[in-house]
Amino acid sequence: MTQAGVPDEIKAMIGTTTEPAIMEVERGAIRRFADAIDDPNPLYRDVEYARNSKYGEIICPIGFFGWPLKGGGLEQMMNTLMPVMMKAGLFRILDGGIEYEYFLPVRAGDILTSYGKIADIREREGKSGKMLFMILEQTYWNQNSDKVAIARSTIIAR
Amino acid sequence: MAKKQIYYEDVEVGSELTPVAKVATTQMLVKWAGASGDFNPLHFDDHFAATQGTGGTIVHGALKRSWLGHLASSFAGDEGFVKKFSCQYRGMDLPRKMASMFGPEEGETWWCKGKVTNKRVEDDRHIVECEIWVENGKGERTTPGSATVILPSKKAKK
Repeated sequence: MTQAGVPDEIKAMIGTTTEPAIMEVERGAIRRFADAIDDPNPLYRDVEYARNSKYGEIICPIGFFGWPLKGGGLEQMMNTLMPVMMKAGLFRILDGGIEYEYFLPVRAGDILTSYGKIADIREREGKSGKMLFMILEQTYWNQNSDKVAIARSTIIAR
Repeated sequence: MAKKQIYYEDVEVGSELTPVAKVATTQMLVKWAGASGDFNPLHFDDHFAATQGTGGTIVHGALKRSWLGHLASSFAGDEGFVKKFSCQYRGMDLPRKMASMFGPEEGETWWCKGKVTNKRVEDDRHIVECEIWVENGKGERTTPGSATVILPSKKAKK
């Protein structure tokens, strides 16, 4: 990391948005997700149970956004950021955490559109020197053009 | 199989969420990689992990996030709605190795826990704020976070 702070080349990327990505929410993907995290909730795997619930269909677990529903946005944003960070001497990339806001339930069969945005890039002094905190924001819309969720990931580079 | 629904009137500030136990294994990490699409070798390749100074392959932050998603959505129940959710990946956790194809070696168990920090009614919505976290076998909170859950109210029931 340079002494001068956030390199201009990186700062200039704040506000950059990605191309929209379209993805189908699949029952199988939801079941595999629930299996992988050891969550027995029947709303994620039992079609009959889900039909009789207020949702009427298998629903998306709340952790489904970001990974696996990257929506292309996250990868696109990382692909844009990585070369610039490498150039600035930032080789260690860590996932710092995530913040979600949900607006509507997402059901299997929904077709989501997601856009990514580099919402913010800040510098902080860490124990081992300077660190960059990047906030990558993804917004998800369903096939009725209703906003269903926002995911804000914090990526730390040092 | 009917699940028990918790109502707004059932919880008070300080109420504990029913804890959820998780055992991270190398096998679970591979299942998560497949289900989430996160193929960073730091989570499954010992040789690569040795170059990263982590002391071995480590549990994905996003997997611990999804464990907490299990905790929060179990608390919300079928009638509740998780409105906001966040967590930070503060500490690394090493998964248990597999002792056989089906079972892990002896080792630590992770607990997803939570506590109600605030409750209020806003625009007819019964909102409960929770502090949530993943606690490892050493009692360390490696993944602290928060959840805002809208619960059904007994008063709204006919």
